[in-house]
Amino acid sequence: MYRYDEFDHAFVHERVSQFREQVGRRLAGKLTEDEFRPLRLRNGLYLQLHAYMLRIAIPYGVLSPRQLRQLAMIGRRWDRGYGHFTTRQNLQFHWVKLVDVPEILSALADVEMHCIQTSGNCVRNVTADPFAGAVNDELEDPRAWCEVLRQWSTLHPEFSWLPRKFKIAVSGAAEDRAATAFHDIGLRIVRGPEGRNGFRVLVGGGMGRTPYVGQEIRPFLEKQHLLSYTESILRVYNLHGRRDNLNKARIKILVNQHGIDKFRDEVEADWEATRKDAVDLPASEYARIASYFAPPDLVPGPIKDEGVEQRRITDPVFANWLKHNVRPHRVPGYVSVVISLKEPGRTPGDASSDQMDFAADLAERFSRNEARVNYTQNLLLPHVARYDLLAVYGELKSKGLATGNHDMLGDMICCPGLDYCNLANARSIPIAKEIAKRFEDPARQELIGPLRLNMSGCINACGHHHSGNIGILGVDKKGTELYQISLGGSPKDDAAVGTIVGPGFRAEAVPEAIDTIISTYLANRNDGEDFLATWRRIGAAPFKEALYAAA
Amino acid sequence: MPNVVTANRLIDGIVVYLAPDGGWVEELARAKLAGTEDETKALESEAAKAVAERRVVAVYPMEVTLHDGVPVATSVRERIRASHRTTLTKDWYDVPL
Repeated sequence: MYRYDEFDHAFVHERVSQFREQVGRRLAGKLTEDEFRPLRLRNGLYLQLHAYMLRIAIPYGVLSPRQLRQLAMIGRRWDRGYGHFTTRQNLQFHWVKLVDVPEILSALADVEMHCIQTSGNCVRNVTADPFAGAVNDELEDPRAWCEVLRQWSTLHPEFSWLPRKFKIAVSGAAEDRAATAFHDIGLRIVRGPEGRNGFRVLVGGGMGRTPYVGQEIRPFLEKQHLLSYTESILRVYNLHGRRDNLNKARIKILVNQHGIDKFRDEVEADWEATRKDAVDLPASEYARIASYFAPPDLVPGPIKDEGVEQRRITDPVFANWLKHNVRPHRVPGYVSVVISLKEPGRTPGDASSDQMDFAADLAERFSRNEARVNYTQNLLLPHVARYDLLAVYGELKSKGLATGNHDMLGDMICCPGLDYCNLANARSIPIAKEIAKRFEDPARQELIGPLRLNMSGCINACGHHHSGNIGILGVDKKGTELYQISLGGSPKDDAAVGTIVGPGFRAEAVPEAIDTIISTYLANRNDGEDFLATWRRIGAAPFKEALYAAA
Repeated sequence: MPNVVTANRLIDGIVVYLAPDGGWVEELARAKLAGTEDETKALESEAAKAVAERRVVAVYPMEVTLHDGVPVATSVRERIRASHRTTLTKDWYDVPL
């Protein structure tokens, strides 16, 4: 993985010193809250319902054991012994004290981490396929390009005060596991003319109040032009994006008001006018950065392991875990393992400090010193030898981290909601827990098949409810929590925004409503159809009838 | 309905309420009540001083109901804030659905 050079170290430590001084001035009364707020937000520090919340960037979801242990330490020493992995490959600590934050930032800097640009109207943490560099359907490892974008966008003088926040996701694989179509810019590495790889560029995707699937602005961009082209997109947005209305300030609104063709023309015109002088990445600098992402030296091995096969036959729970949480690796004899943070009854995405330490140990022992976090709020071990699977499974199971539900109903994506968040209108965590309890039986989830269920506690959609096959949105209706259900969303290659199915439900009625939706799907599905396929074939009517006919 | 004034403590962000002795307490039950609009305004100006003195931030008045004379939050949001805790484990959840 990428390692800071002297410049990076000096830069991040300097920021810590600056913030230490800013906190000091705030506490001494030299800064008012209005003056201090933008400074703390630039360092990822929010004031939430119960306490301050610190959002730490995990660039493109890659973590070393050393970093995980440091996060565990921070959780133990300065928070309440746990953290929350978010839907953008960040980690949030929800109970930090303002007075401790400079020390926390310093501890993060020691392990080459920071909170810069995890808030504010700037380019946020660049996210990626969590299986990058490991998975067998990948054209090219996107992480070096993510790192290029990260360095380029950090404190970029032209793009530090955009109309609104800006999110970029990159994938180099056949399957979209980074929700690229729901980002301000989504980059897919594709094969182009003359067999060279480049980027298919999507723009204007997003969730929130006005969800849009990103549209193609360029089918193929030569890789060496990534920075100048991204710069042109951002420049057009920076000039024309609305600043008078917070709800209409994202690039998705601009793209959809102008239309993709007009927006493209403007970007291409800017690019033609500026690209000769723009800073595109020199090949030598790319090579330097890419060298940090050289694949680990893995020796191909047998694709079957006797012990694993035996256990698969005799232990259905293990077989289930193997089926869902273990993914093929590009090197035969290796796999990637999903560490589930979705045990029924737990808060989705929460990990205790002990679990972080534990995952760090596993990454060290079994995964070439690498762990990952995905946007669906789980941890991953990218490079595990197949013959180590039984050992890894045994370890994970002992800590409640081996729930075999990856990409199944139980793998719910859930924002912190009104239990933590100042923006939320309704709780999401307790609803997620109730649904998880109702569908706890792995056999039932197996019967249902792959299903993405997302939940957000407000319209800002941190729980990505628009992209859920089933999406739940908490709203406030005259002081009562009410939950709107939408169906048919997808975050993948067939990206789609879900459709609201009808009037909302009270909290206690939500699990039953989900059950009704599932029963309707099961009653109507054809052989081999997953939920989304059935929905697309039969439409909303049968679901509406099942949910509302009795009322 | 009566009001109390709530805020977050500056140094650690913890939810607090203005108390009768002018201090800030974590228990809503010990908050100072304002029965009239004038009393609420008086509480707010007292709170504004605490903001200037950097004791608290994010001050606002909120409605409560009285149960045997003890203030209880009315909205879900304020019930969650008053409980100071959320959902760490299976059972650790005090604000009922």
